[in-house]
Formats: sequence, C-alpha cells, structure tokens
Amino acid sequence: MADQLSRVFAALADPTRRDLVARLTVADATVNELAEPYEVSVQAISKHLKVLEDAGLVTKARKAQTRPVHLEAEVFDLMTAWIERYRRQAEQRYQRLDAVLAELEESESNRPGTAIPTTKGQAS
Amino acid sequence: MTTTTSPEATISADEKLPIIRITRDFAATPAQLMRAHLDPDLFARWVGPDGMDTKIDVWDVRDGGSWRYVAGRDDNEVGFRGCFHRIGEDTIVQTFTWEGMPDEVSLETLRFEDLGDGRTRVHSQSLVDSFESRDAWLRSGMETGVDQGYAKLDRLLADGAVA
Repeated sequence: MADQLSRVFAALADPTRRDLVARLTVADATVNELAEPYEVSVQAISKHLKVLEDAGLVTKARKAQTRPVHLEAEVFDLMTAWIERYRRQAEQRYQRLDAVLAELEESESNRPGTAIPTTKGQAS
Repeated sequence: MTTTTSPEATISADEKLPIIRITRDFAATPAQLMRAHLDPDLFARWVGPDGMDTKIDVWDVRDGGSWRYVAGRDDNEVGFRGCFHRIGEDTIVQTFTWEGMPDEVSLETLRFEDLGDGRTRVHSQSLVDSFESRDAWLRSGMETGVDQGYAKLDRLLADGAVA
C-alpha cells in the first residue's frame, strides 16, 4: 500500500495529470476527448494516462470500442484521505498555537518585537 | 507536487524527495513564533494532540541540545525525542523521532517568514530517508490515532465529507 501511495503522489506531481484527474471527476472520457483542450499530441496525453493507470488512479473500459477512461475514486480518496488527515492534524496543532500566540500578543503589547527565545536547560 | 490548499494549513508532498511541507500563516511576529516553539511551557500547551497532556522531559535549547516530551492521558503515553540541531534567528533545524518507531528519524526545518504587519508565514519541512518512511508518517495518524478527534475525523472521511 505504501508503494501505491508513492506512485499516486508521483502520478499527481504533474500539472497536466492533475488536470486530467480533475476532469475525470466529472465524467468518464475518451483519450481523444481528454486530449482536445491541450496543445500537446494525443500520444502525449496517452503517456500521461498510462502513468495514472499504473498508479491505479484510472482504468480504461475493456468492452467499449472507444475505451473511455474512468477515475478510480477509491484510490484517489485513499491518498487524499491520508494527506488530508495529516494536514488536519497540523491545522489542529496550529489552531492551538494561534491561541498561545494571541496570549503572547496581549502580554507583550507594550514591547513589540522584543521577544527573544526563552532558553531553559533541562526542564523535567 | 500534490497540494491541498485551503485558508488553513497548506500541505504538499514532494514527488522527487521524501519530503512533506506544511505552510501556515499566523497573526504573530517571527520572534513570537520562535518563542512558542522554544519555550517549553508554551510549546507544551499547543503541540497536542487535542485532549492529550504534553509533559516536557528534556528541553535543552541550544545547537546540539536534545529534547524529549511525552504526550498522553492515563496509561496511554507516547514519547517523542530529537535534537535541536541548529537554532537560528528565524529558523529551527531539528530531528524528530516517535519512540514507537525509534529508527525512523525526520529532519525538521522550520522557517519563520516575516510577512509584515505582525504576520508570519511558517514554512515547515520534514525530510525522511525513504518514500516508504514518508508514507508511514502520513499514515501514522491512523496508527497513533488515540484521541477522539481522530475517530471523529475517521467518520468524516468515511462519510466522504472531506473532499
């Protein structure tokens, strides 16, 4: 699962691939449809789609002749869920820091910019 | 680069290096943010997680000094430790280890960018030794998710409330 997450991150590192994923969240689309808005070749878009496919982010329908590309929302959600959870933990921590800083602001309002890091030795 | 942007903290996971970056703006000066990170009493108040008490065990604020704190409630305690590698005027470089995975070390670089008007942007970068380790850090919220906040978030995520 860790390898898959790494592949997902790598696949989404490219702005064109992020854009492709964003468009596929709306509806399935063929390679030609997906390539249309870009100035690059259909082959270039196919290569991007191959990277997304290898990461498990998209699949191509086997039956239909046009083989529309389908977003595997489950994989995308997994990655998004992990990184969003991590971000939320940081945000929760920083909201507590906001509160601490607000108190510092009040106690120091008469001497702005004089705060020097307090250093302590072993505090146990 | 995978980026989630909101008015809150911004996170990105670098695709070429096992790095997690978090950026957040604060209504405080860089000096105040340095204090909030280096003063043990202040630090213990916000580092969290929510609903957990943080006890500072070792706090030797100098280049090369070590730190250790324990977060927990009742018998459920987790320890973290590391080294203040370098404390600059508006930067802190330190190592960070969760004692549950003692071989996994993260190199944390904090930079406090003065935005003027008493506002500061905190740039936090965590570098680990492999993509597998980074993904383990990203998942660590699930493994060490010991407080109710995480359970609540689990439900939100399960419900698809988080886009």
